[in-house]
Amino acid sequence: MKMAAKTTVLNLTEEEFVHPGNRACSGCGLSILYRIGVKALGRDCIFVVPPSCLTVMQGLYPIAATQMPVLNGTFASTAAIATGVKAAMRRLGRATQVVAWAGDGGTSDIGIQALSGALERGEDIIYICYDNEAYMNTGVQRSGTTPQGSLTTTTPFSGKSEVGKNLPAIIAAHNPAYLATCSASYPLDFHDKLLKAKQIKGLKYLHVQTPCPPGWGIEEHMTVALGRAAVETGLFDLYEIEDGCLQLTGPSQQLLGKACLRPVREYLEMQVRFKACSDEQAAALQAQVDQRWAGYRDKFK
Amino acid sequence: MPDPRFKILTSASTSGPGDAGRTGSWRVERPVIDMSRCIPAKTGKHACHLCWLLCPDNVVSKDIEPEIDLEYCKGCGICAEECPVQAIEMVPDADFIEGAERE
Ligand SMILES: Cc1ncc(C[n+]2csc(CCOP(=O)(O)OP(=O)(O)O)c2C)c(N)n1
Ligand code: SF4
Ligand code: SF4
Ligand code: SF4
Ligand SMILES: [Mg+2]
Repeated sequence: MKMAAKTTVLNLTEEEFVHPGNRACSGCGLSILYRIGVKALGRDCIFVVPPSCLTVMQGLYPIAATQMPVLNGTFASTAAIATGVKAAMRRLGRATQVVAWAGDGGTSDIGIQALSGALERGEDIIYICYDNEAYMNTGVQRSGTTPQGSLTTTTPFSGKSEVGKNLPAIIAAHNPAYLATCSASYPLDFHDKLLKAKQIKGLKYLHVQTPCPPGWGIEEHMTVALGRAAVETGLFDLYEIEDGCLQLTGPSQQLLGKACLRPVREYLEMQVRFKACSDEQAAALQAQVDQRWAGYRDKFK
Repeated sequence: MPDPRFKILTSASTSGPGDAGRTGSWRVERPVIDMSRCIPAKTGKHACHLCWLLCPDNVVSKDIEPEIDLEYCKGCGICAEECPVQAIEMVPDADFIEGAERE
């Protein structure tokens, strides 16, 4: 494993790359993530972004809310475009990082085949999937990663009946050079995982949970508290996979020392989208989490 | 004119604040910091700065006495929720309208 940098609030750069007054909703989890993530990436980057809330947040003509060069592409081709831009940079002899930022819909559903191809070829790019667990920019339609039981505008009465895709596991099956899961509630963890990803050759995939107040039915001030609850209940695990080896990181690693985690119900009850979630669904989810964490305790203790 | 700060190309748009206008007008409550409780303000040393780290809209400064740009603060209240010493209170913006009648 590579040595991990340890950035703190105090030594995190004050240089900002995102302007205030942008079009993201109040309390947007993606906005926290993007703002801190770009501090790790620095200016020598080109971003590739498919249609999503991020496109809108980065700015519509004639003002750009981001200070970074962004190529807006079509949904299905994000990883293919990033591949091409990287090839151009190589040809020009530039070390410029090419970073794809896409939503869960743009990654788990529409962009997955281009991403799978880029993974198989081992393209030297960073791919960030921010997962707000639905197609948010078009008004909260269900996506591949929307969790079971979640209300969306396309699952409006009893919630999504299917289990959401485990996208990081699908990516991990491609043996990427680096894979990490992160949360908008722990932006410094994301920052340091990006610093690490920048040092690694090959495809680096970061999957980030980004709570979304209008989509999840939470008050704007609860965004960070909610992402934290997802981690502390053991529902969303923070880990890294390098050379095929999985390690829990930061806040999730610290949970290994705890005898029991916060109950999953606490997380569900904080959100309107789980209002229709049945007791059986909640119990099944808790059982899944317990089983996964029993496995972690066996493995890492 | 390409901005010389960028190593590579710029987009056709001009980078700047206020793409969505003065987003301070979205707010119904504004954050007010009690400097007698805020950790860096109280100790005179850089510390905490969680409100700066977690503000989604980049409107809090990383100063000993944190300043909030109310022109663009969307009033989400994350700073108030996450402040470890509850130094930030969300106060109705209407209270700051001059001449407004209060009960
Ligand atoms: C081919 C195509 N289909 C549909 C759309 C409409 N569209 C724009 S953004 C969006 C939602 C994207 O969802 P996700 O990738 O999860 O990102 P989020 O909006 O949640 O940030 C959709 C469906 C489009 N722009 N192009
Ligand atoms: S819909 Fe959700 S992800 Fe999109 S800008 Fe609003 S809060 Fe952010
Ligand atoms: S989070 Fe609270 S204590 Fe910390 S710097 Fe901000 S106002 Fe001060
Ligand atoms: S209320 Fe929200 S936008 Fe305003 S300063 Fe606090 S965290 Fe930033
Ligand atoms: Mg989404």
